[in-house]
Amino acid sequence: MNNKKNTVIPVISIQGQNCTGCVTSTLCSEYPAIKNVLLQDIVPGFKLDFIFHPNIMTASGNRAMEILENSSKEKGYVLIIDGAIPTNDNGVYCVTGEKDGKKYTILEETLKLAPDALMVIALGTCAAFGGIAAANPNPTGAQSVGDIFLTSKIKTPLINIPGCPPHPDWLFGTIEEVLLKGLENVQLDDFKRPKTFYGQLIHENCPNRAYFDEGKFAKKLGDEGCLYELGCKGPITYADCSKRQWNSKTNWVIGCGAPCSGCTSPEYPDLLGDFYKKIIDVEVPANKRTKRIQKK
Amino acid sequence: MKKIVIHPITRIEGHLKVEAVVDNGEVKDASISGTMFRGIEIMLKGRDPRDAVMITQRICGVCPEPHAIASVSAVEEYAGLKDKIPVNGILLRNLILGTRSIADHILHFYILSGLDYIDPAQVMEYNGANQDLNTLKYFLQQGYSRPFLPRDEIDYRFDTKTTNMVVGHYIKAMDIYRKAQQAATLFGGKWPHDAAIVAGGVSQRLTADRITEFIWRLEEIADFVKNYYLPDVIAVAKTYNDYLEIGKGCRNLLAYDSYQTSSNGNYNDHLFKGGLVNNIDKYSKINIDNITEDLTHSWYQDSEPLYPGEGKTEPTADKKEAYSWVKSPRYDGMVYEVGPLASVLATYLVKKDPYIKNMVESSLSEIGTNISNMYSVAGRHLARVLSANIIVDKLSGWAQELKAEEPTVVEYDSPADGKGIGLCAAPRGALGHWLNVENGRISNYQVITPTSWNASPKDKDGQPGPYEQALIGIKVKESQSPVEILRVIRSFDPCTACAVHLVTPKKNLIGKYKVV
Repeated sequence: MNNKKNTVIPVISIQGQNCTGCVTSTLCSEYPAIKNVLLQDIVPGFKLDFIFHPNIMTASGNRAMEILENSSKEKGYVLIIDGAIPTNDNGVYCVTGEKDGKKYTILEETLKLAPDALMVIALGTCAAFGGIAAANPNPTGAQSVGDIFLTSKIKTPLINIPGCPPHPDWLFGTIEEVLLKGLENVQLDDFKRPKTFYGQLIHENCPNRAYFDEGKFAKKLGDEGCLYELGCKGPITYADCSKRQWNSKTNWVIGCGAPCSGCTSPEYPDLLGDFYKKIIDVEVPANKRTKRIQKK
Repeated sequence: MKKIVIHPITRIEGHLKVEAVVDNGEVKDASISGTMFRGIEIMLKGRDPRDAVMITQRICGVCPEPHAIASVSAVEEYAGLKDKIPVNGILLRNLILGTRSIADHILHFYILSGLDYIDPAQVMEYNGANQDLNTLKYFLQQGYSRPFLPRDEIDYRFDTKTTNMVVGHYIKAMDIYRKAQQAATLFGGKWPHDAAIVAGGVSQRLTADRITEFIWRLEEIADFVKNYYLPDVIAVAKTYNDYLEIGKGCRNLLAYDSYQTSSNGNYNDHLFKGGLVNNIDKYSKINIDNITEDLTHSWYQDSEPLYPGEGKTEPTADKKEAYSWVKSPRYDGMVYEVGPLASVLATYLVKKDPYIKNMVESSLSEIGTNISNMYSVAGRHLARVLSANIIVDKLSGWAQELKAEEPTVVEYDSPADGKGIGLCAAPRGALGHWLNVENGRISNYQVITPTSWNASPKDKDGQPGPYEQALIGIKVKESQSPVEILRVIRSFDPCTACAVHLVTPKKNLIGKYKVV
């Protein structure tokens, strides 16, 4: 897929308090494969030009910092941030680089690069909502990109692509949608997640749904049945894992017999209760439904 | 004297900085800093012990599966399940860890280290039929070059033909990485951050077709390891042969037992033997009570607890003598390197397995060197590919030992209080999780990761960590970021998110635990 008259979109990818899982997930994209994304048009007529990516680029050190500095002068770049942004003690908990003796934190880089970006993608739950990096008691004051935008009054369009990790299709599919439909036509939910991928509950399309409706619940891991009583957060989690599945449909969380942990939710990981215990909020539709079943 | 600062070090996992003092083109001193901190262990306190497997995998998204295995092993010891894990569960963990470790090694050699040895720009002179190379050539012809350029000067040494062959493998490696992760996901649930590894076993139910599908997927992965990865590492070792001498490091190795294997029907043996290797080839057993952590040059208060709610949360970022978020694990007060080099050499020395012996010796003789040169940049790459070879030859056999439709997990029933330790060989080396539970909730959780050992700063006795020792004395061409330094650092496969995540109340807390 290469077209000579293409539009080049510079992409700057920076990393905060991350585990690099967002990157290793993205590396496993199949269509497009990562080699296609790097070398070819992502959709006909549109080429992503990865100016700066810490895990792929050749340059290190001063040279890398120069590239980053110059990249901020490019017109119409997309900024992708994975990992959370620590704010305690002026952001000292994530120093991303150093040039001519001056250290730069992810907080500074975000404040510098985000305002002039065409759009910003907060990749993964840490960047989108704080995620694991902000887990109780949030020792470093880790915040999401959206939090930083609010406090610093940054108005750049922001799209959240949560997930721990996010599915590669959620990232590239969103970029493709923006390119093909235009940013203003991409529908986002209240948490700035693209509805194409986060529009339905895991539960709505779960293959175990019939078990749930029948009231056939697994009592321990390895049992057949719906995993609701073993802590499955599918009934309150918005993502299309149950349809899309993972790693080119080889498996997915509920498919491997484990409860969904609700990793695309702003409440992840603390406000959903223990991973292997039944959802704590009794008001969720699924719990009402169970009560009804149990009464029968 | 000139100070060279390289920050960020790219093409690694995480945030890492090196500061080198160079005089007359020789590194006189080096300081390694991990520059990101989250405090994962603080977050673990108060949680359900079973949840640690979910949280600790998020320490590292490049190698989450060893954290999963170490974590559930610690929980199983605490819960008294250690000897009750079904054989299927043991084998599935071997298969998940093994397959993902191979993927990780491939990622490291090609995607992370590759550009230090091969120049993708030479593809402009390529005239063959390889589709990937022609795509890359077309990309360059159109005037694109990022993120491969700009870069600092690198002394590339392969001829154009060999370069283009290996560049082709670099692109193919991206496909193989994906395919290997897919294969492991058949059992693990998803990549990264497996969901199927749980306290009590592995939650994935087994059917014959799932097992067979996994075995078929191995063919292409094994082919790549044996016919691409191994020859390419040997070619690098021969062409960049000064790197068989560069980056020797501390020359003390430490490894834990890993991959439970069957001998006489009991899964009490291990594919990789743990232990210590000193003076090139002297093997001895390991006693993990001898592990301590030193905080002299780390940004933590070393005398009082740092847990929030129990006094001040003071990772002390302005501590005068400190320069890293990484702490300094030491064994018997000595500096040790961990990694596939330690696992492969310990196993080679103690196990006397003719198959492993032959594999190590034949590759060394093909390079034209001997075991003492394993302590080097090229030696570490070689140990990593040998480890991948040893594992890939076991995967199919382990998969065939699986019993379809039989249990993969035992029920978890936890006591109120207890403790447990989980050890394993991560792709980057010895990984340990230490768990303490009170009233059914985690009261203390400690992790010592491979990169904590390797990227550790100087200790109270002034002993530099393994990266630092490997850098001191090397010759560099003076530039902003000398590739010689980067080749040494990358040969360890740094994973700094792993290394920086802990705060301990006392220097030697680890020593308080007993191995049962």
